Amino acid sequence: MALFSCENVTLGYGNEPVLKDLSFHIDEGDYLCIVGENGSGKTTLMKTCLGLLHPLSGRISLGDGLKATEIGYLPQQTTIQRDFPASCKEIVQSGCLNRCGWRPFYSKDDKHRAIENIERMGITHLAKRCYSELSGGQQQRVLLARALCATQKILLLDEPVAGLDSNVTEEMYALIQQLNSDGITIMMITHDMQAAIQHATHILDIGRQPAFFGTPKDYQSIDLCIPHQEVHA
Amino acid sequence: MTDILSTLTMYFQYPFVRRALVVGVLIAFCASLLGVTLVLKRFSFIGDGLSHVAFGIMCVAAIMHMTNDMLLILPVTIACAVFLLHGGNRVKMKGDAAIAMMSVSALAIGYLLMNVFSASANVSGDVCTTLFGSTSILALTNSQVWLSIFLSIFVVFVYILFYNKIFAVTFDETFSAATGLNVKKYNLLIAVVIAVIIVLAMKLVGSLLISALIIFPALSAMRVFKNYRSVIICSSILSVICAAFGILMAVVAGTPVGSTIVAVDLAAFWVACVIGGIRHA
Repeated sequence: MALFSCENVTLGYGNEPVLKDLSFHIDEGDYLCIVGENGSGKTTLMKTCLGLLHPLSGRISLGDGLKATEIGYLPQQTTIQRDFPASCKEIVQSGCLNRCGWRPFYSKDDKHRAIENIERMGITHLAKRCYSELSGGQQQRVLLARALCATQKILLLDEPVAGLDSNVTEEMYALIQQLNSDGITIMMITHDMQAAIQHATHILDIGRQPAFFGTPKDYQSIDLCIPHQEVHA
Repeated sequence: MTDILSTLTMYFQYPFVRRALVVGVLIAFCASLLGVTLVLKRFSFIGDGLSHVAFGIMCVAAIMHMTNDMLLILPVTIACAVFLLHGGNRVKMKGDAAIAMMSVSALAIGYLLMNVFSASANVSGDVCTTLFGSTSILALTNSQVWLSIFLSIFVVFVYILFYNKIFAVTFDETFSAATGLNVKKYNLLIAVVIAVIIVLAMKLVGSLLISALIIFPALSAMRVFKNYRSVIICSSILSVICAAFGILMAVVAGTPVGSTIVAVDLAAFWVACVIGGIRHA
């Protein structure tokens, strides 16, 4: 059974559909890139996958014993975070809250997990620094470490390289690739078509009617017929 | 110096001074805890809005000659807080406009009612007292002191119990919701606790100056410290020191309690700015 699947899902707010009749699935170990112009509903799709929004129709199902709260999420940064006085360690630890339930404080295990993921992201030297004083790339690593505390199976990334310069972008892609090779399923929204074709095992283009879902190879073959504009946010 | 000390010793023999100090310190402590959350969530103005609502209801309670006005003020203020913080996203009106509207309406209607229905000979004096809390802290009864102690313990207990969750909800609502935290429930909890603190703080500094008690310690602490736990600890210590110092100074110098505390808070903020500037230069 697929780790995550959408069948004939229609998404939207209230009664206004943004996306109609979408079907795709992700198996364990896949690397899916979601592409499409601004306003085509990429973030809406991701929020629905996370259970923050309900689909207007259709069915979203989780398989392989994946729980809805065990999905790691890397959201786009908010204005609140820009001057937030919090150390990286505090932020990464907050990723363990889905394991706490009614327990008010972090267990030793949770703290250990946070330290492990900080090491995994190569930011041990920043653990005590203030989040708002870090560079964009470092901040993304902190948020990625937090997402990893929440999951061991699947990561949903919402434009992880937005606003990063090209060197840091490459590092970020390498890091995500590494996580994927370690067995974590990746589902990523991106504007970077080249990177999507280079790294992903599957591509979902919701800018097209009907939406495309398949391998990068198939995508490129249809892409030759209809030129696709890259959009940079 | 010995003069001031002997004056203080003399004043401390009066139970009303001791009561004022206990209640003042407790309220300042609670207000500073939640203040950090409010400032970070960009809700600094909610304290102001809610305190005006509380003023309006206090006027209603006064003209109804209620003996224990808390019974009316507390639930209505909590309802308004829930409406502003919790239902805020669903309401068509923008959050800040809703707060501004609610706060001026409550202020105006409260004053209007006081003028039309009050039997008191000194309406403007009564209003001034409620707005600036000039004497009410020195006229606390024993039951009010116990109520303050009880509510403060409740606030601190709730805050410590949900410390990590409040942090997560403040830092990133979307992520918290995605990992299964009931964000709405925690926003509701924050709203209720804030309403309780504001109703308590009204006795101390009056309804016009409550915002100061909530936001100043948080802002000062954020100047100096850069991680959440230090900010919370520093903010509460600072708030307690400023409140105690302000009350004592007001008693000795005969100045209004509320404004003196706020002035001390402001001075502490400047000091924090300087220290922060040096530390992070």
